[in-house]
Amino acid sequence: MGRPQRVSRLGRRPRSGAAVLPYLLVLPTGFFVAVFTLWPTVRVAYDSLFLQNEAVQVPQFTGLGNYAALFADPAFRQVLFNTVIYVIVTVPISVALALVIALALNRRLRALGLFRLAFFYPAILPMVSAATIWLFMYAPGYGLVNVFLGILHLPGQNWLGSSDLALFALMVVGVWKQTGYFMIFYLAGLQGLSREIFEAAELDGASAIQTVRHITLPLLAGMTLFVTTIAVVNGFETVDQTYIMTGGGPTNATTMLLFDIWQTLFSFFDLGKASAMSVILIAVLLIFTVVNFSHLERRATYE
Amino acid sequence: MSSSLASPSSPLPRGSAAGRLSVRLHRFRLLDASGVVVLAIVAIGWAVPLIWAMAVSVHSPDEPITASNLWWGSKPTLSNYAQAFQIAPFAQYYVNTILIVAGILVVQLVTISLAGYAFARYRFRGQNLLFFLILLQLMVPSSALIVPNYSTIRQLHLFDTLVAVMLPYFGSAFGVFLMRQTFKTVPRDLDDAARVDGANWLQTLWHVYIPPARPAMVAFALSSISFHWNDFLWPLVVTNSTNSRPLTVGLAVFTQLGEIGAQWPLVTAGTLIVVGPLLVLFLVFQRQFIESFLHSGLK
Repeated sequence: MGRPQRVSRLGRRPRSGAAVLPYLLVLPTGFFVAVFTLWPTVRVAYDSLFLQNEAVQVPQFTGLGNYAALFADPAFRQVLFNTVIYVIVTVPISVALALVIALALNRRLRALGLFRLAFFYPAILPMVSAATIWLFMYAPGYGLVNVFLGILHLPGQNWLGSSDLALFALMVVGVWKQTGYFMIFYLAGLQGLSREIFEAAELDGASAIQTVRHITLPLLAGMTLFVTTIAVVNGFETVDQTYIMTGGGPTNATTMLLFDIWQTLFSFFDLGKASAMSVILIAVLLIFTVVNFSHLERRATYE
Repeated sequence: MSSSLASPSSPLPRGSAAGRLSVRLHRFRLLDASGVVVLAIVAIGWAVPLIWAMAVSVHSPDEPITASNLWWGSKPTLSNYAQAFQIAPFAQYYVNTILIVAGILVVQLVTISLAGYAFARYRFRGQNLLFFLILLQLMVPSSALIVPNYSTIRQLHLFDTLVAVMLPYFGSAFGVFLMRQTFKTVPRDLDDAARVDGANWLQTLWHVYIPPARPAMVAFALSSISFHWNDFLWPLVVTNSTNSRPLTVGLAVFTQLGEIGAQWPLVTAGTLIVVGPLLVLFLVFQRQFIESFLHSGLK
C-alpha cells in the first residue's frame, strides 16, 4: 500500500503495520448492527410501500397507500391517541413523583433504605410479571383495588373491562413500575450536588420550598431531561401490559402502537401495514432518541 | 441493607457535620412530621402488590378468596408452587432464560471490547463513518424492528431457537461507546511498553486495557442481564415451543392457559417462581444493580 502514513493532527501515533486489523476488530459489531438494525430499517421502510397481506397473491406497489389507509382508519387514529395519551399522562407523573420521593429520601437514615426498596423493587421485575400481579389487583371480585375502594365506601369498578377505565388502569401500572427507577437517577443526582450551595442558601434565610425551587430543581435540570427522555421512549414502546392485562380491549381502548404492530403482523398477517406502523414508530422515537443520544457522553462516563 | 441505594458518583467536598445536619433539618422540616407518615403510606401502597401476591400464592386452593379471606387463608400451603411447576415447565424456561442472557452477554463483551479498542486506539479510514453507523443503533430501538427482524429470522431458518432470541443483540452500540470511552483513559505509555515487550494486539488488549475496564464491564453486564431477562416482545415473536421460550413468555403462556383461569393462588405462585430468584439476587447485589441502572436506559 504505497500510501504514506499521515501523521495525526492530534499528534497521536497511529498503530503501525496493522492496516486491516482495526476493520477486523469492528467487523463483528458492524455485522450485527448492519444485519439487525441498519438493513431492517431500510427494509421496513421499503416494505411499507407495498400491499402485502392475505388478500394479495404478490406484493403490489402502493406508494404511501398503507399510510393513507392507516390514517383514514379511526381504529388506528385511536391507537395513536392511546399511545400519546399514555405517554403524556405517565411521563410527567412518574418523573415528578420520582423527584418528590427522591427529595424526601435523600437522607442517610437507615429506615429510609426500606422505603427506597419499596419504591425501587418494581423496576427490576419483568413487566410481564408485574402486569400479571396487577391483573389480579384489578380483578372485579376481590381484587385489592376494589376492596380498598370498598373500605372508603366507594363503588368497585370493572377496571380492565371498561373502555373508559382500562387505559387508566394500565397507566397506573406504568407509573408504579418506573417511578422507582427514575427515583434512583434523582437520588444519584442529589448526592452529587455540592453541600456548600445549600448552606449558603440557608444562611440567606431561604425556605425549604424556595431552596428546592430555585436551587435543587435547576441543578437537576439535566437529570430531568435525561430521565424524561428515557420515560418518553419507554412509553412509546409500551406493550407488555396490554398483552397480559387486556389484549388491547375492550374495543381497542388499550391498544397502543407497538401492540398494534404485533397484532397487525401476527393476527391480521398484514406485512405492509405492520411495516408502515413500524416506520411511524421509528419516526416518533427518532425525535426523542436524538435527545438521548446527545446525553450519551454523560451516560457512559457516569462513574 | 446498605445505607444508601444510590452511591454518589464522586465524593464531593462537604461542609462540617454540624453544618450538614442543620441544612438537612432545615431542608426537610416540612417532611419531617406529616411528610414521613405520608411517605410511609405511599411506600406501603407501592409494596402491597408484591406482598399480596406472596400471601395469595400460599392460599390453599380449597379455600375460596373472599372479602374476608383475602390473604394467606387459614391453612397456608406450598402446593400451589408444586402444581405450577407441574403444569408449566418453569425449570426449562429458567434454563432457556439463563442460556439466552448469558449467551448475549458473552458475545457482547467480546464484540464491544474489540470494537471499543479499535475506536479508542487505532486510526483508520472511514473510522468516523463506521462509528456513526454503529451509533445509529441507539436511535432505532430494536422493538420497532420486530417486523423485518422476524422476516430475517424466518429466512435464516432460525425460528423457534434460542439463537433467534439472542442474535439481534450481539452488537451493542452503547457497549462499544462505553468501552471506547473507558479504553481512552488508559495511558498510552502502558500500551507502548507492552508493545516494546513484544506483546501483540490481543495480549495488549487483554493485559493492559481489560483490567482497568472491569468496573465498566460489570455495570454493562448487569444492565444487559436485567434488560434481556425481562425482554418479552421479541422472544414472544420468535419462539413457539418449550425448548426456546424464556421465562417471561412462559409466564404469559401459563397465565393464559384455559385450565388456569382465575385460580389466583396458582397464577401468583407462577409469577413468584419467575420473580423470586430475581428479587433475592437484587437484595444481595443491591448496590451493583443500582449502579448499573445508573449507566443505562440501555437497550
